[in-house]
Amino acid sequence: MNTVFKWFNDRLPIVNTFERHLSKHPVPKKVNFWYLFGALASVVLIIQIISGIWLMMPYQNTEEGAFSSIEFIMRDVDYGWVIRYMHTTGASMFFAVVYLHMFRGLLYGSYKKPRELVWIFGMTIYLVMMAEGFLGYVLPYGQMSYWGAQVIISLFGAIPYIGESLEVWVRGDYYISGSTVSRFFALHVVALPLMLIALVFMHLVALHEVGAGNPEGIDIEEHLDQDGVPLDSVPFFPYKVLNALVGIGVFMTVFSIIMFFFPEAGGYFIEKANFEEANPLSTPEHIAPVWYYSPYYAMLRAVPDKLGGLIVMAGAIAILFVVPWLDRSKVNSIRYKGIFSKIAISLFAISFLTLGYLGTVPVTELRTLMSVICTAIYFLFFFLMPIYTSLESTKQPPERL
Amino acid sequence: MTESTKNNNRRKVLIGMTAAFGAAGIPFAATPFIAAWNPSAKAKALGAAVKVDISKIEEGQIVQVAWRKQPVFVLRHTKSSISSLPSVETKLADPNSLAIDEPYRDLYPTRSKSDEFSILAGVCTHLGCSPKYHPEVEPKPWDATWTGGFFCPCHGSMFDIVGRVFKGVPAPTNLKVPPHNFQGSILTIGEDKEIT
Repeated sequence: MNTVFKWFNDRLPIVNTFERHLSKHPVPKKVNFWYLFGALASVVLIIQIISGIWLMMPYQNTEEGAFSSIEFIMRDVDYGWVIRYMHTTGASMFFAVVYLHMFRGLLYGSYKKPRELVWIFGMTIYLVMMAEGFLGYVLPYGQMSYWGAQVIISLFGAIPYIGESLEVWVRGDYYISGSTVSRFFALHVVALPLMLIALVFMHLVALHEVGAGNPEGIDIEEHLDQDGVPLDSVPFFPYKVLNALVGIGVFMTVFSIIMFFFPEAGGYFIEKANFEEANPLSTPEHIAPVWYYSPYYAMLRAVPDKLGGLIVMAGAIAILFVVPWLDRSKVNSIRYKGIFSKIAISLFAISFLTLGYLGTVPVTELRTLMSVICTAIYFLFFFLMPIYTSLESTKQPPERL
Repeated sequence: MTESTKNNNRRKVLIGMTAAFGAAGIPFAATPFIAAWNPSAKAKALGAAVKVDISKIEEGQIVQVAWRKQPVFVLRHTKSSISSLPSVETKLADPNSLAIDEPYRDLYPTRSKSDEFSILAGVCTHLGCSPKYHPEVEPKPWDATWTGGFFCPCHGSMFDIVGRVFKGVPAPTNLKVPPHNFQGSILTIGEDKEIT
């Protein structure tokens, strides 16, 4: 070791940290593609931070300047359109990989003991991301920004007694105005990203403490070599890092194709109405959230009651936090769970996707009925989980990976 | 009681007092940060009344004006539409506006200070979208027995032509009636000396 490096290493735990978290950190030797989305999420987080910093420079957080500064970025800033589309595509891709990452957790029981805290930190990240995405969507101050914010802030008004004053407090005005835009800007670029980074750090620290899971849902710590390293493991660096790089390459290709050729994704990533400046006097004929909120929006619309809709929507997210205590199965992975778990998770996935579609289209009587049925399936998946996971017969997972 | 337990008790009291003192400081420290989110003095000062010339509004016509940057509907009813008001009451959740603070209760069926005009805040009481005016009496995708009124495109809330909410829709209450007064052909919205 050369003297300069030694000088630093004596004062900073470089080698120690590298070995503990990378070159000697054991991870299961056999996992499948579902285990890639965590790495992809961290890549998108970095993309969002960098493109976000660059967007901040020309953006104006005022009622008069917001919309025109976005047009300025798109037309007059060199490569400004690339940076903006990078950020908008990144937002949707962030949710895409996080939804797949979460579904992986449900499939293979990644939330089960001892990984409950990893799951809870992850769910908190998801919650902060939803707030971050909403705040960011308001900043361009187009028609969908305005009316989306109007609807979401009005949700606070459904809270009994304090609702209406809470709405005014959140907006900083009696209607959505420059005060709302500038505070949303501060939260979007400073407060929530700091929280996200801290939560991602805790998510990884907790994960490294208990070790990564695997699709068989078995504990690799039960078979150790003479040095106490699990026999069915490989070091994180270089094996997993190089493996992930291939996945990242494929992902970045898809990302770039969307960013360069389909940045609006047919109105799903950037809604058409948002190319029109906010007009407080005219609600667009059809307002729908961006695709990553639409399942919850469909649930909100399924309930013909203001407070009831809010409770159902909030409950749908809250219930995800307690999944580690709802699943009573002896095995972790869907591969060894019984037929009821398999049917339940299939129905759950179908109803979540259907809700996602229903949340983006205008209401009709049939669609409202479908939303009600899918919302019921969504909740039954969780409410009945303690029953079907403890009653069904499971298969015996293998000893070794 | 030994010397060491005496000290321990003393320590507990001191720790408790210090912690309580520190905790009492939290609301004080939080006050400026919470209060800074309230509407500023400038925002509070805005919201002057707006004037509308109603002589040019024809029967059955609706005019949308902005008061406090929010849409307000000024609607001139036809005689027949006013006389048909009682017939829709079975479909309404709150035909007499008992659930809200109604400024001009029992004055006219229009809910305003005029027997001909309705003045309605164009903000859906559900989640704040602006409902659209559909005066036609004909079957609509949202209601096969539609007799005219307001339909909110966001979440499907329905109101009759004087802004009274239908049963079984997400909006909890009738559209609000802003304070207003008439002076000849001039309607002032946002100001009424009789109700302050």
